[in-house]
Amino acid sequence: MEQIVLETKNLGITFGGLKAVQDVNISIKKNQIYGLVGPNGAGKTTIFNLLTGVYQPTTGSFFLCGSELKGKSQETINHSGIARTFQNIRLFNNMSVIRNVMVGLSNQPEYKCGFFTSVLRLPKHFKVENAMRNKAKELLKIFDLYEERNNLSCNLPYGKQRKLEIARALATNPTVLLLDEPAAGMNPNETADLMDTIRFIRDKFDVTVLLIEHDMKFVSGLCDEVTVLNFGTVLAQGTTKDALNDPEVIKAYIGG
Amino acid sequence: MEIITTLINGLSIGGIYAMIALGYTMVYGIAKMLNFAHGDIIMVGGYTIYVFMNITGHPLIAVAVAVVFCVLIGVTIEKVAYKPLRGASPLAVLITAIGVSYLLQSLAQIIFGSAPKMVQFPDIKPIQIGSLKIQVYTLITLVASIIVMVLLTLFVKYTNIGRAMLATSEDRSATELMGINVNSVITITFAIGSALAALAGLFYLLKAPNISNTFGSMPGIKAFTAAVIGGIGSIPGAMLGGILLGMVEAISYNIPAIAPYTDAIEFLILIVILLVKPAGILGKRRREKV
Amino acid sequence: MKIFHFGRKSLSHYYSTFAIIIAAIVFFVLSISIGLEKSTIFLLEKVIIAVILAVSLNLVVGFLGELSLGHAGFMCLGAYLGGKFATIVEPTLGKDSPLNLVLSILIGGAVAAIFGLVIGLPALRLKGDYLAIVTLGFGEIVKSVFQNTTRESFGGALGLETPRFNKDYLFIYCFGALIISLWVSINLINSKHGRAITSIRDNEIAARATGINVTKYKLLAFTVSSFFAGVAGVLYSFSNYNVQSSKFGYNYSIEILVMVVLGGIGSINGSIIAAALITFINTELAQILTGNLAVLQNLFYAIILIVIVIYGNSPALAGIREKYDPSKLFDKKRKDPSTIKKDDAKWNKIPTKIAMDELLSVDVSNSDDNENDTNNTKGGN
Repeated sequence: MEQIVLETKNLGITFGGLKAVQDVNISIKKNQIYGLVGPNGAGKTTIFNLLTGVYQPTTGSFFLCGSELKGKSQETINHSGIARTFQNIRLFNNMSVIRNVMVGLSNQPEYKCGFFTSVLRLPKHFKVENAMRNKAKELLKIFDLYEERNNLSCNLPYGKQRKLEIARALATNPTVLLLDEPAAGMNPNETADLMDTIRFIRDKFDVTVLLIEHDMKFVSGLCDEVTVLNFGTVLAQGTTKDALNDPEVIKAYIGG
Repeated sequence: MEIITTLINGLSIGGIYAMIALGYTMVYGIAKMLNFAHGDIIMVGGYTIYVFMNITGHPLIAVAVAVVFCVLIGVTIEKVAYKPLRGASPLAVLITAIGVSYLLQSLAQIIFGSAPKMVQFPDIKPIQIGSLKIQVYTLITLVASIIVMVLLTLFVKYTNIGRAMLATSEDRSATELMGINVNSVITITFAIGSALAALAGLFYLLKAPNISNTFGSMPGIKAFTAAVIGGIGSIPGAMLGGILLGMVEAISYNIPAIAPYTDAIEFLILIVILLVKPAGILGKRRREKV
Repeated sequence: MKIFHFGRKSLSHYYSTFAIIIAAIVFFVLSISIGLEKSTIFLLEKVIIAVILAVSLNLVVGFLGELSLGHAGFMCLGAYLGGKFATIVEPTLGKDSPLNLVLSILIGGAVAAIFGLVIGLPALRLKGDYLAIVTLGFGEIVKSVFQNTTRESFGGALGLETPRFNKDYLFIYCFGALIISLWVSINLINSKHGRAITSIRDNEIAARATGINVTKYKLLAFTVSSFFAGVAGVLYSFSNYNVQSSKFGYNYSIEILVMVVLGGIGSINGSIIAAALITFINTELAQILTGNLAVLQNLFYAIILIVIVIYGNSPALAGIREKYDPSKLFDKKRKDPSTIKKDDAKWNKIPTKIAMDELLSVDVSNSDDNENDTNNTKGGN
């Protein structure tokens, strides 16, 4: 039996009187690539925000590998193993590429180093710094960002900024990686590239991927399972092919 | 009886603060900047009144000239110092505003010297109702500030320019797309703010007739505090914050044990209110979209 | 080879510190060989205090990206409490006791640091201008409280007299404090903790999502910054033999901020140079421009400040800035903007996370607040 990594139970949130998300039940198995699709305003990003602790759910809860994460702070959730990227890229713009990744690394137990150790420049500080730098370089090589490692991240071209955001998320050593519209603004070639990259990430970093995407070709080519949302509720769920061919889904997308 | 005097005093100080706070809050709402030099416009107004009181001896003429002059100065500052920075980091704008504040203060010192100047207003006997004694100027301040606030509220609600101002403070780029000239809206905002500052200068002089180049600093800071307490960007908030702060000040001055700490108490109230309501009493909270 | 490279690179962070160590040695040798004039020593102390203040304020403004207008308040706390401590223990430890000096510096710094922690707490909920006004209010509160103390406790309006340490040596302690504060600041910035602080400046939401404990690092930055402001305050009290709380109003905080801005927000070296230069020029100008001319000095600074900030930040002047970028004039290799290898901010460009839309945004992470939020938006004016 396959292990369930991320599970939501009756997850919901209301803003004022608006039920932005309600009764969402998703269970994602280990090393799956899982898609979250739906029209604009269906509540996809809100679910991401719930799963990362930006918003607190008003109903239901969610679990990572069986442990409940509801009510935890954003950083605790990240430490527990959920990392994300953003729909509108959020990099540390005035920091170099490598420092962006090193910020992601800094909470790993093996890079622990106290304030006074750093300020007094004890030997451990140098050891940790070097280890972090090497690890960051390794990650940057994978994402083809090594050459640009000392540039400011705001000077990177768009596609590379997306990659850097993924690299930074992976640096936090997640169990589940949440990607918010990773293919937005990419041309078909880049999209195809990205599909390979995501599969590669899953295998190389042993992560489970949950992604939001509008491009149906991308979703059907990449995702094992999907959940289709409409007006904050689940419209269809299951293997990609079944869910996307569901009459309800087609109706929601095409209208009438 | 003393309580009533204190309350009336508080309301009139509050009215002055509210008038200044309105300038801060409108500029903040519309240009999204802290006009740190706003307090010094009060000083400019005060000196103009001083000069024209000496020339004409007539307060109304002096005030009219001061209003016009402050509007000109305010609009010029906006065009020269703030407009080039539109779209730049708000911190940069804030620091430029600090620079403008220094500039006005040192110019005033060059022109008028550092010794305080005394403005002579006509002497009017206080009104006596039973044992209650009220200064006429306090009453004038109170009435005038109420009129100003009412007029401003009506202006914002019912005129095209006022609605354009509200729209700009909600969403500048959308307003621009609607065909409204945001630049002129900002200019008008600065003009109104400066006119209010000139009036506040008059009322502050009626209360304390000595003027020096730092005349506007403390009322400026207090009014800014009032604007933040009320919720910066909100016009009713500025009025509420101003009156609240004025009352606190008047009451605190009347209790000998805490009178020396009046300033500290006012700032403490600010900190406490912001801790409870981080956007001020009537401030709108906006969530950042993730 | 790699380790060597890393070592050399990290050495470059300390160039300014080395320069100051050399300066300290030079002045020390001068003072014991030919002796320094009283006014020179006083100026030296003044410059050092200004540099400590500017560097420590830069930690909050330049690296954490929060605007503090109450730095003088922390300095005031340090000056009064460190000075008072020194006065109390002077009879026990004797006159000119180095132990007394060091202890009171530490105590002044520690008290300021505790208050930095306390004032850092609202920083967690407030952003941008709101925090600025809270720090400003804090500074005014501190000032006003000390002004109204009794004659016996903290001197009240007349100010607090502090022990007169031997001026021939006091400036060496000042240099020591400066070097330590620089070393700590530079080490902090160039460590994982510093990166975490900078990441909060650049994008707080992303920092949280990347697992940065924003609470901890905001408090850390505030605490370290106010510690050194307190240290500077103690030095100030010893340098002047007395403390007047009226000196520490928001105007003084703004003076420090101006140094930070002119030196380049986010640049430690810039802060050092600007603080030293401005203090020096101010003192020299004050001797030349006496009487009515003194006011020209303020005018001059006001104009310089406005011109520099507009030149450095105006979106309309971006083209001119690119053309005359000093880093490009001197280094042809860096012509392509994408290869600029500097991690800290450009000379006079102000990086800050206080962005237009974020100005009014506050943390609304729990659901009760969310409801208020919607209601307020509906019912707002």
